[in-house]
Amino acid sequence: MKINPAPLLSFRGITKSFPAVLANDHIDLDIYGGEIHALLGENGAGKSTLMKILYGFYQADGGSILVNGQPVQIRSPHDARGQRIGMVFQDFILIPALTVAENIALFLSDLPFILDNDAIVSRIENISERYSLQVKPEAPVWQLSVGERQKVELLKLLLADARILILDEPTRSLAPHEVIGLFQVLANLRRDGYAVVVITHKMKEVLECADRITVMRRGKIASTLLGAEATENTLVSLMFGKAVAESPQRRGESPPEEGIPFLELKGVSTQPEGTGIGLKEINLTVRPGEIVGVAGVSGNGQRELGDVVLSIEKCARGTKYLGGQDATRWSVAQVRNSGTAFIPEDPLGMAAFPWLSVQENMAMSDVSRYARHGGLSMDWEAVRTDLQASLKRLGFQIPPFYVPLGILSGGNIQRMILAREMAHNPRLIIAFYPTRGLDVQSAVAAREVLLASRDAGAAILLISEDLEELFSLSDRLAVMLRGEIVATSAPRDITVQEIGYLMTGSKGEGAERG
Amino acid sequence: MDKTKGLMEILRHKRVAAVIRFGGLFGLALAVFAMVLLVFGQNPFRAYADIFRATLGSSHGFSEVLVKMIPLVLTALAVAIPSRIWLINVGGEGQLFIGALFATWGAVNFTHLPAWLMLPWICFLGFLGGGLWASISGFMRAKGWASETISTLLMNYVAILLVSFFVFGPWKDPESANYPQSAPFPDAAILPSLLDSRIHLGALIAIAGLLLFYFVMTRTRWGLEMRAMGINQEAARRNGVSTNRYILLLMFIGGGMAGLAGMGEVSAIHGQLRPSLSPGLGYMGFLISWITMGSPLGIVAAAFLISIITAGGDILQMTHRIPAAAIHILMALVLFVVLARSTGKKGGK
Ligand SMILES: Nc1ncnc2c1ncn2[C@@H]1O[C@H](COP(=O)(O)OP(=O)(O)OP(=O)(O)O)[C@@H](O)[C@H]1O
Ligand SMILES: [Mg+2]
Repeated sequence: MKINPAPLLSFRGITKSFPAVLANDHIDLDIYGGEIHALLGENGAGKSTLMKILYGFYQADGGSILVNGQPVQIRSPHDARGQRIGMVFQDFILIPALTVAENIALFLSDLPFILDNDAIVSRIENISERYSLQVKPEAPVWQLSVGERQKVELLKLLLADARILILDEPTRSLAPHEVIGLFQVLANLRRDGYAVVVITHKMKEVLECADRITVMRRGKIASTLLGAEATENTLVSLMFGKAVAESPQRRGESPPEEGIPFLELKGVSTQPEGTGIGLKEINLTVRPGEIVGVAGVSGNGQRELGDVVLSIEKCARGTKYLGGQDATRWSVAQVRNSGTAFIPEDPLGMAAFPWLSVQENMAMSDVSRYARHGGLSMDWEAVRTDLQASLKRLGFQIPPFYVPLGILSGGNIQRMILAREMAHNPRLIIAFYPTRGLDVQSAVAAREVLLASRDAGAAILLISEDLEELFSLSDRLAVMLRGEIVATSAPRDITVQEIGYLMTGSKGEGAERG
Repeated sequence: MDKTKGLMEILRHKRVAAVIRFGGLFGLALAVFAMVLLVFGQNPFRAYADIFRATLGSSHGFSEVLVKMIPLVLTALAVAIPSRIWLINVGGEGQLFIGALFATWGAVNFTHLPAWLMLPWICFLGFLGGGLWASISGFMRAKGWASETISTLLMNYVAILLVSFFVFGPWKDPESANYPQSAPFPDAAILPSLLDSRIHLGALIAIAGLLLFYFVMTRTRWGLEMRAMGINQEAARRNGVSTNRYILLLMFIGGGMAGLAGMGEVSAIHGQLRPSLSPGLGYMGFLISWITMGSPLGIVAAAFLISIITAGGDILQMTHRIPAAAIHILMALVLFVVLARSTGKKGGK
């Protein structure tokens, strides 16, 4: 790697305060062309805020930004693009009904009055070849996986001539093989002199791929190190000022296979809906005091599985039992009230209400519990007490309860949803990617609470693409492929590799059938 | 805490700036309309003075403005209530007509009832009529059969035709030779007037509706659930909120509000059912709710403004011989002002 002598981008004394916090406190940072620069830091450290200032979403209270050594004013994303700065957001801003080429064309500033589709397609093909960003330009975006959509976002920026690329938690919802692909692409970009800034919470990726690593802590830069010199321990102690507790380990022996299952699905099938997939003949049991992990490439029926348990989707065939009762026709409210916690894959879209306050969000998981006088008023005192207790148990910092949830950082929103769902000693926990977006320390805390709930007798259905997490927490594993459970096994009877094969359907044998 | 105080201060400043801007734009709208008056060969100062005298400048005029406000507030509520969960009720007009139809049925068929029974009876019927009419659209929406926007709009025409059918046919008053109208309401079924003016009991109903709406939205569990649904329906469903029940309920209550407006008009203003019951009150309510984003105080303010303008239109027509339609120019100008003010605001309350 060759780092150019002059930085492509410099932050000088950038400061930004919000009503309750100092999100960025005199940030000085240089980004060079030809480097992959990782930005690390605990949840709420101010990483996204700094990047949003760079992209013109927020105005800094003080300080300046220099591009190629020249001070520049960035008041809007439009200005940022003018400075050849591009950003890939966590929530992609693509239009599902349009094709890849159309989505990219829409983003280009030199869009001619009459679209020349062929010209755009050939430009896309040129660039995607060069950086191994293969996507079909004619494919409609709704058909693409998350990883492919991310590629489209990157292509958009490259075609629009960006030189400085910012990716805010790009690997958050990628499958492991997609992560490897992404970093290959980024390495190619580095070769051609692009500056790439990646925000992430995953240590391993950072250590493998970053040229330099900057750690932020409480709005300040804690340190910038060379990727080659950093170790997990130094990074962690920079992030938190102390070492993080070891990740909890699954208990040695599996639980006895007896007792009435709390959740039981018998031959459950569903009708596929929209772009979704139908479940086929699902048989699954989760006993109290047991974690059943569901492995699978996302989009193979995991969401539908959670939705069936929650009664969002109806069983077309089969029966569902909760706590020994036939719950096939229960409403969502009945399932929730029977003690079911639900941590969805996409908390902002599926669980949170960004414009409601933190405490109102808390109350929403169990309104009846906090309603008083038949619903004429709400017991906010009780809401706050419960939320506080749950946050304490998780070791999470306590945010102000009156602010809208939406202004919290991405990881803090995930923390709030976890705290809310774990607050009432649930008997069944459906957890999708429960540690997504959490910093290392919070992720450990979340896993510990899941294990503690299991030991207290909760039945847990854990859905994840992170095989390491699944192996370390689950008592039993199930693999989903195209809406079916293709195998179940105890973690010690199967290898990560075998699960990988089963997930992609490249090998059907090797484990006992569920 | 100190920081929040600072924030409040800025907000207040912003509000001050907004008020100044609003006042300026409003003045501009009046100036432009003054030119229109000049084109008609009228003295704009005298016209404005007349309008002022006939609305705000005398207690009679003022009470007439309040009378006009009653149905507007109710039809605005009819739109604002379902709009909390993004239901678009364009059917206030039809719901108003059906509310009046139900109330008329109760009034002319149960003439022996004493007032203390008769008044709650026709209020109930008015609410029920409007509510049921809107529930048809709500039901179709909950089932996923048809968008409530389209169905409420189309059902306006059906409702008006239905009323015409009754007043031209079976309910036609034999006493009133050729006019298509129902038999007059018995005295017990006329909403009593307040303060020795034409302001009627409907005013109290409208105020109660506004207060209840505000209280339910901000204090109760249902308000919390509705606000949550309005922000993220998907998440509300996953938290066990029965969204379909709210769709039905809010369409019913919204329609009921418009039905009450119809009941008030037919009972207190007309005294019998006529096809000319409403000069587009339902649509006006839609406009009011929409430009104020359903805020209770906003509804009152906008209804007040629009009542003054329509009353002004009557004055111009009677004393200045300007076609009544000319006042729509002023209405449009004022709406531009209000809309210019509310651009870019979204969500929130
Ligand atoms: N619009 C806003 N209004 C008020 N406070 C905000 C706003 N945006 C961010 N904050 C606050 O600024 C702090 C930094 O947030 P930021 O999103 O930058 O964190 P982050 O480092 O990206 O964390 P995460 O890893 O959780 O995504 C947080 O305390 C957050 O609550
Ligand atoms: Mg962030």
